[in-house]
Amino acid sequence: MTTSSDYRRREESVTMSTEPAIRPDAEGEVAETHELLTLNIGPHHPATHGVLRLIATLEGEVVRDIRPVIGYVHTGIEKTCEDKSYWKVIPVIERMDYLAYYFNAMAYCGAVETLLGLEVPPRAQYLRVIHLELNRIMSHLVWLGTSALDLGAMSMFWYCFRERETVLDLFEMSSGARMHTRYIQVGGVMEDIPAGFAARLTKFLDEMPTRADQYADLLEKNEILLSRLRGVCPLDEATLLGLGVTGPLLRAAGNPWDLRKAAPYSSYDHFDFKIPVGTHGDNYDRFRVRHAELYESVKIIRQALDGLPEGPHITTDRKVALPPRHELATSMEALIHHFKLVTEGFRVPPGECYYPIEGPRGEYGCFVRADGSAKPARVHMRDPSFVNLQATAPMVKDSYIADLIATLAMVDPVLGGVDR
Amino acid sequence: MPDATGLELIAHELRDAHADSVIDTSFYRGRAELRIDPAQNKQVLTFLRDRGYSFLASLHGVDYYPEEPRLGVLYELLDMKEVDRISVKARVLIDNAHVPSVVELWPGADFPERETYDMFGVMFDGHPDLRRILMPEDYEGFPQRRDFPVGGEPVLFTFNEEQSYGKFQ
Repeated sequence: MTTSSDYRRREESVTMSTEPAIRPDAEGEVAETHELLTLNIGPHHPATHGVLRLIATLEGEVVRDIRPVIGYVHTGIEKTCEDKSYWKVIPVIERMDYLAYYFNAMAYCGAVETLLGLEVPPRAQYLRVIHLELNRIMSHLVWLGTSALDLGAMSMFWYCFRERETVLDLFEMSSGARMHTRYIQVGGVMEDIPAGFAARLTKFLDEMPTRADQYADLLEKNEILLSRLRGVCPLDEATLLGLGVTGPLLRAAGNPWDLRKAAPYSSYDHFDFKIPVGTHGDNYDRFRVRHAELYESVKIIRQALDGLPEGPHITTDRKVALPPRHELATSMEALIHHFKLVTEGFRVPPGECYYPIEGPRGEYGCFVRADGSAKPARVHMRDPSFVNLQATAPMVKDSYIADLIATLAMVDPVLGGVDR
Repeated sequence: MPDATGLELIAHELRDAHADSVIDTSFYRGRAELRIDPAQNKQVLTFLRDRGYSFLASLHGVDYYPEEPRLGVLYELLDMKEVDRISVKARVLIDNAHVPSVVELWPGADFPERETYDMFGVMFDGHPDLRRILMPEDYEGFPQRRDFPVGGEPVLFTFNEEQSYGKFQ
């Protein structure tokens, strides 16, 4: 009873800005009094890109402070994971950041593979890269479309979602599902790509750079968009690093940190690509960095598809991966393995692992603690949206409330990842 | 990752600088981990930060039920220049789960510390605004603890509406 009312009192007190409401002018005279207004934005608001609530303290039209209030879509996925065997965790963990499901699965599977000491076959690594980069393009397209919508460019949304549809069709082709595909498995991927996938993918890869050029033509010469992005809400590199910000936001401020280059995983060192970096760290740079990443992802996928090695698509370790279907009819051993894997799952030796990968929003780091049983004792996802959201307040401080919406769009938090 | 020898060297330097700060080291599957005295976490983390591990990549809690000390707070540090990672673990007793907050060192520890408090009930002393972040503000209990049951809450209908959070005052 008291905890609740205490909370209310504290919540009211924290929204008060530290800025003085009455500021003297050059002669020390108080010319005008500005009253602070506390405005509640969300949790249901189209510009918050999800169920995010912002308590904004305004002085006129200027934002003095914002406080994100989160947890509205908290579903306890980390708790749920502790109650599932290792391979059954993948479908739920994919639902954390619902625009980066391959990345969630990759971080988790990478952690489990490290704990198992499991080698992933080269073909599986390349197939993972193809899908991860397709997912990055898809995520950036959603970001671009919705951000442009926030800035008043409505048709951009339809163009971006047209290309996104093509990517989702490809996902459907390789795994049978358009979202939350469960394609990446511990030890490799679920299935090899079907016949005709490569041709459709190549068609998309040919198309995508010209589409991205079109987006640039539509947006880059748009005076409204440029004036709303250029020089708006910059934040320097040192502050971003202190806040733990990674991904395009950090790269826009001039730090070329990208795990795909810095600490390559899943054969990323085999591919030739560049890391787009900004200079000012303003909204325009954030926009440009993500837009340029579309081209780089296309380049990576093309190389991965051309150099796709032959071999198994999942590890041949029968203790971890299901045996091929046809073996079940002929091999008793395969049947036993299949039964053990489906009923109990595989056991992972005790240990802890933190496996970071570079996602569309920054570092997805999955921490897995194994206690020797067939279920993980702890799964934690370091979700970049959750950490990056903290940078919104220093970014938008002392800027207009309209720029708050633009900045939030450029920060690109996915609330499923924030709340997990 | 620092290799096993590098980790021992860091631990040795830390022990020289702050006596009894490092309790144990472990190196498993390429992951270097320092287990430290929770009371001295700020000194240790400042030391590591100045040594190059200047980026706090992640901060999260773990429950080691039924081992004691049960709760663990893990700091995943990253050296962007050397591309090197080190984990620091502070384990605290469940009855006296107090760890100094590191928000002063990394402002970005704010949300993760609130999350760890919310989920495990670890108190971060010196945190400017330590309250629940993901769960409802008047929630009772710490759901990520291992002895907190899944589905341990009543499903709310009209007849038991009074038991709902925020309805009982």
